[in-house]
Amino acid sequence: MAKRPAKAPAQLPYEQALQELEAVVHQLETGDQPLEEALALFERGQLLAAHCSQLLEKAELKLKTLVADGSGGVDLNDLDEET
Amino acid sequence: MAQLALFGLTSPVLTVSDLTRRIRELLDTDYRLQDVWVSGEVSNVSRPASGHLYFTLKDAQASLRCVMWRPDAARLLAPPRDGQAVEAHGRVSVYETGGQYQLYADTLRPAGEGILYQEFLLLKARLEAEGLFEAERKRELPAWPARIGLVTSPSGAALRDVLHVLRRRFPLAEVTLAPTPVQGDEAPAGIIAALQSLNRHLRPDVILLVRGGGSIEDLAAFNDEAVARAIAASRAPVVSGVGHETDFTIADFVADRRAPTPSAAAEIITPDLAELTAGVQALAARLVEAFGQRLQMLRWGLDEQRLKLRLASPRAQVASARQRLDDLRARAEVSITSGLRLQRSTVAGLTQTLRAVGPAAVLARGYAVVSLGPSGPVVRSRQQAKPGSALEVRVADGVFPARAE
Repeated sequence: MAKRPAKAPAQLPYEQALQELEAVVHQLETGDQPLEEALALFERGQLLAAHCSQLLEKAELKLKTLVADGSGGVDLNDLDEET
Repeated sequence: MAQLALFGLTSPVLTVSDLTRRIRELLDTDYRLQDVWVSGEVSNVSRPASGHLYFTLKDAQASLRCVMWRPDAARLLAPPRDGQAVEAHGRVSVYETGGQYQLYADTLRPAGEGILYQEFLLLKARLEAEGLFEAERKRELPAWPARIGLVTSPSGAALRDVLHVLRRRFPLAEVTLAPTPVQGDEAPAGIIAALQSLNRHLRPDVILLVRGGGSIEDLAAFNDEAVARAIAASRAPVVSGVGHETDFTIADFVADRRAPTPSAAAEIITPDLAELTAGVQALAARLVEAFGQRLQMLRWGLDEQRLKLRLASPRAQVASARQRLDDLRARAEVSITSGLRLQRSTVAGLTQTLRAVGPAAVLARGYAVVSLGPSGPVVRSRQQAKPGSALEVRVADGVFPARAE
């Protein structure tokens, strides 16, 4: 199993957190880890799941609009919606 | 005679009905009049309770009475207005009772749409021949549209609808609007610039190109060749959502996916928030379950190990040897016992046989055993029984003496 420095779950973007959570669950379901490792996996999995849930709950659609900046480039402004 | 010829006695006299019918047949059998488009100005529009539509089409030199039956009239987006320039499609025939030829119209469209539609068909054929509509060209939509580009009017309902759907289904996304007019002369250039700008500056995962419904003139930009090519050239996959449930624009054909409305376009590209949430909860449950199982297995594993250790120790070995001994002993007992049992039954069987063939049984049948006196040998032959020799006769119930004669 390749070891890579684990990023704090709270910093991961949703897609990555979800992928890692799936991997952790899969490992626990199919592996034969000793106690310490299983426990570590479980704890990390819990953090990842909590993080994902939070992201989903708190998510707010981010809106921007492209505006020509007058010299061929563009600016990214906040979108002003007309209701 | 000239006078006779003057009265036309050789021509038949027709009834009104005959004549009218003949005129009608003339018109009905002229195929050019059975599937015709007529353009003119509308006047005298009338829509009585029957629901049928009556109007007149006219131009500078002539006028034409028209009727559209209720089912066809009901399908019109709007009834024709006096003075409106239209094109009507239908067949020409004669209303015999009224002695009137008229156009039985099945469809009506604003004038000029006919030309636009022709152009649309031509362009569609040409681009299709180039392979721009091929299914293989169409790209897969991203499963996770983190960055969504939006090309539409900043003031239209389409924008509102799309944002509403995105908020509900996938608020995790970043949406960037590239505003542009979506009809009128500036629309084609605006749409092309918007597409290019998004692709160059933002690199979105997917682009939505949407607008509300409209007439063929309103949608002209979406049937524009340069716009079609810009869609085809877009780096990000493009989903079109023109609010026209049934009709297709060129943009719809070229796009990687076509949605029937702007809202539908927003739905197609996004996963559903409710499903995502349920998914995470399911994973969390599996996590707990899996860990629980792991613990259980580890516990069993420990017990197993303890067991194995115990079995391998010297004490364990002696104990097992002892046990083996006991086992053998028990087995031995069993076989001995069963062996005896076998013998006993054999003996019993033999005894039975013996009894059946033994002397007692023979005697019982009436035979006698003769011997030379009580302790003498058994007489087997005549030679042994010399006259006067003392004999002993044994019968079933005892003995008695006898003398040979």
